[in-house]
Amino acid sequence: MITKEIRLAKQKRRNQKIAFGLFQLTSYAVVGLLFVILAFIVTKGIGVISWEFISEMPKEGMTQGGIFPAIVGTLCLVFGSMIFAFPVGVLAAIYMNEYVKDGWMKKIIKQMTNNLAGVPSIVFGLFGMALFVNKLEFGDSLLAGSLTLGLLVLPVVIRTTEEALKSVDDTFRQASLGLGASKWQTTSKVVFPIAFPNIITGLILSIGRVSGETAPILFTVAAYFLPKLPTSIFDQAMALPYHLYVISTSGTNIEASRAMAYGTALILIIIVLISNLLANALRKYFGKKVKMN
Amino acid sequence: MLSSAATSITVVLIVFFLFIEGAGVFTKKPIEEGFLLAVHSSNPIKKLEPSQIKDIFDQKITNWKQLGGKNVPIVLFRTEDITEFYSEEELGENFENFPAKIDEYVSNTPGVIAFFSDKYKTQNFHGRELEINKIKIFEFLSGEEWFPTAQPIAQMGVKALIYGTLWVSFGAILLALPIGLAAAIYLSEIARKRTRNILKPLIELLAGIPSVVYGFFGLVVIVPLIQNVFGLPVGETGLAGSIVLAIMALPTIITISEDAMRTTPRAMKEASLALGASHWQTIYKVIIPYSASGITAGAILGIGRAIGETMAVLMVTGNAAIIPHTLLAPLRTIPATIAAELGEAANGGLHYQSLFALGCILFLITFCINMLVELVTNRGSHKKH
Repeated sequence: MITKEIRLAKQKRRNQKIAFGLFQLTSYAVVGLLFVILAFIVTKGIGVISWEFISEMPKEGMTQGGIFPAIVGTLCLVFGSMIFAFPVGVLAAIYMNEYVKDGWMKKIIKQMTNNLAGVPSIVFGLFGMALFVNKLEFGDSLLAGSLTLGLLVLPVVIRTTEEALKSVDDTFRQASLGLGASKWQTTSKVVFPIAFPNIITGLILSIGRVSGETAPILFTVAAYFLPKLPTSIFDQAMALPYHLYVISTSGTNIEASRAMAYGTALILIIIVLISNLLANALRKYFGKKVKMN
Repeated sequence: MLSSAATSITVVLIVFFLFIEGAGVFTKKPIEEGFLLAVHSSNPIKKLEPSQIKDIFDQKITNWKQLGGKNVPIVLFRTEDITEFYSEEELGENFENFPAKIDEYVSNTPGVIAFFSDKYKTQNFHGRELEINKIKIFEFLSGEEWFPTAQPIAQMGVKALIYGTLWVSFGAILLALPIGLAAAIYLSEIARKRTRNILKPLIELLAGIPSVVYGFFGLVVIVPLIQNVFGLPVGETGLAGSIVLAIMALPTIITISEDAMRTTPRAMKEASLALGASHWQTIYKVIIPYSASGITAGAILGIGRAIGETMAVLMVTGNAAIIPHTLLAPLRTIPATIAAELGEAANGGLHYQSLFALGCILFLITFCINMLVELVTNRGSHKKH
């Protein structure tokens, strides 16, 4: 009788061990996947990257030369979309978090922000084409592309800013108001500076997101090949993700441009990784600092 | 104040523009503007469905009898065929006799169905112009063929695209859900804090990789792999899409389910352990049921992300617009169709509008999914308090 129970207990423990081992293995496999993808692109792409690759125009049907215009295009798009999305998003979040009282309106705005975040990126592309390119007659241009991308990351900026504002302890607000500061003074002089590092984290994350998006720029700004840099906001531009897409699927000579594709993918990954790691590091660094205060 | 309404305004604008453009499909005839289809005046058939017209021109239907008409073989006629029947002199130097000759040919050929431009139609045309129905919403949704630029008549059936989207997405979730759940359980319940603090940011990094890079990775690694393993003629298949999407959906599923599991009250876990349940029993009898709503939300969000994903799918699924019967064949999804075809579609044309209509369908699907997630998480939190 007792031996039976011991046997059952042992069996139970063994089952648990097997299950847990399996779970552990799965988790490591997921992380392993990340490393496989990264390692693959790094090993294939590292040989391609050189100063010429970063600083020169594409040559010979994009099988030789560099990707300079695509890098510039992506930087322009990141800058343009952030100029639009960052102030709007931050103001929206401040208003929502500091001024609006809980109620149906806040609920609706929250829901709409969630919905916007869930809209597929290709739908943003359609919308950008219909509104900015055709209706407002911006044409295929940096302006149209930046606005489309800006709308796409707006929910990201709003959410991260809200999180940042929420993490500011209410005692700061009460102390400031208690000292006779107005609501706006409290928000701008106390709450915002404390939340600022985390807001910047959100900004960096959105930069990573914007630089990798392809579908929204397909019909609003991206050019297959342009031998010159954009000179105004009404110019078309090349962009890294779109460049990777075209040279890996529909270039004039797919095999010959494979090396360029690996290089472009690597550059893209480097940008995204740096922005993610930077955001993480900042969050950790300032997270400690704010707590110490 | 205004900026906080920005997202709401954007959503409203998206709906407005998408549906204005998309609704245009249903006000048009699926025949190219400025063209017409005509039959002999003695032909009893007055109306044809788009699919029937396509079958006629594909020569799948070869006799008017098959359409309920007389027993006369169908004779196809396109504008350029005219040179087979008349010499250049007869047609005139500047083709000024074109209309008259087309009229003559149509009235002399009882079985004819002619496709030609409006401007070649004479004042007293002896044939009879066929009526063509506008595209109905039902036909649009249930039609199985997607040839939006086909001549003489466009085929606008999105069923194959909807099926393709759902197949790939559910394939992805089937792959990602067990893996994601296992990883979430490990991270929230089993792993030590230090391990967790290393693994979780790495998994979140997976979400940061751009979709076009996933597509590229899929194209150069997964597609050839599938081709070799299954011995297929092409590796660009639904399965390749599912695998890539599964990798992309993993971070969403893991993060959300893990968060849900970690909200399980400590007292509940301890009560279970104190009653003699093993750690494993506690996990699947207490923690998983408790966090079920969160896990469901994660899975639904994962599906949502998969359905809307464009670039990665576009690059690895082969883009064949046929209703899939297996994941080992090429298929085509709604977002991939929009991305691949919008560049070639003329502004404001039927094709352009039909792609916006696809966008509407996609928007509605993802909108419903978001609402569903809201519902599931709300119900979950009501139960708890």
